Amino acid sequence: MRRLLAPAVLALAWAAVTGSFAWPNLVLGLAVAALALFFVRGHARAGARPAAVRPGRLLSLLALFVKELALSAWRVAVLVARPRMVLRPGIFAFPLTVTSDFEIALLANLITLTPGTLSVDVSEDRRVLYVHALDCSDPAGARRGIAEGFERKIMEAFR
Amino acid sequence: MTVLLALATAVLVVTGGVFTLLAAVGVVRLPDVYTRMHAASKAGTVGSGLMLLAAGLHSLEGAVLARAVAGVAFFLLTAPVAAHLVARAAHRAGYRPTRLTVLDEMAEARRRAERNRP
Repeated sequence: MRRLLAPAVLALAWAAVTGSFAWPNLVLGLAVAALALFFVRGHARAGARPAAVRPGRLLSLLALFVKELALSAWRVAVLVARPRMVLRPGIFAFPLTVTSDFEIALLANLITLTPGTLSVDVSEDRRVLYVHALDCSDPAGARRGIAEGFERKIMEAFR
Repeated sequence: MTVLLALATAVLVVTGGVFTLLAAVGVVRLPDVYTRMHAASKAGTVGSGLMLLAAGLHSLEGAVLARAVAGVAFFLLTAPVAAHLVARAAHRAGYRPTRLTVLDEMAEARRRAERNRP
């Protein structure tokens, strides 16, 4: 069943982009999805897929994300609109608790779209995520915020 | 109803436009590539997303709205990846953060790794 998740999501994306949810178009989307997945089959590794999906927790993660995204855009906008910008930027290391490729990629994306933080790099051993912050005066607090916010919610939604 | 819809569309377009403008201002005003990526990835994404939604809402067509929503979803997926890769490439190429920077644990880790290398 879970092997069909990726083609189904891609087929839905195809239907949305082409603007028609009619059956023939969905079947065509499924065919395109199968072809695309066939081409990248060698690159999909174990761990690229979530271990489980909990819809309720996923919605809660999504709600947190939308809220943080709005807040983050607002803060950047206010910051650059001020005559005097107050900046204390820096790059701090965030020790990762999540382990799979999928979770790390999702966490890195969410961090980039949330207030004041931008993921820069993952260490080669995949244990540390380097995060650039606009206000790096309290790296310990920022680390705690990510660990107790997004990282915990990702683990709740996909494990 | 049409008035309400027009109002909603107008609010979305103007808000999106203001965010996109401020993202551009941020890219000019912020001191280095890392801080600039903040403005481009966040305010830029929200701005273009809002304008796409306005276009979808204005058309009153399911097909166009679906495309707009798909566009927003792809923006949210791709903009952070682009910002991340630009910042990462800059750091690997040795582009230094601004002098205002208070902490760079990534450069520290790299220096440690170089010292330990035989």
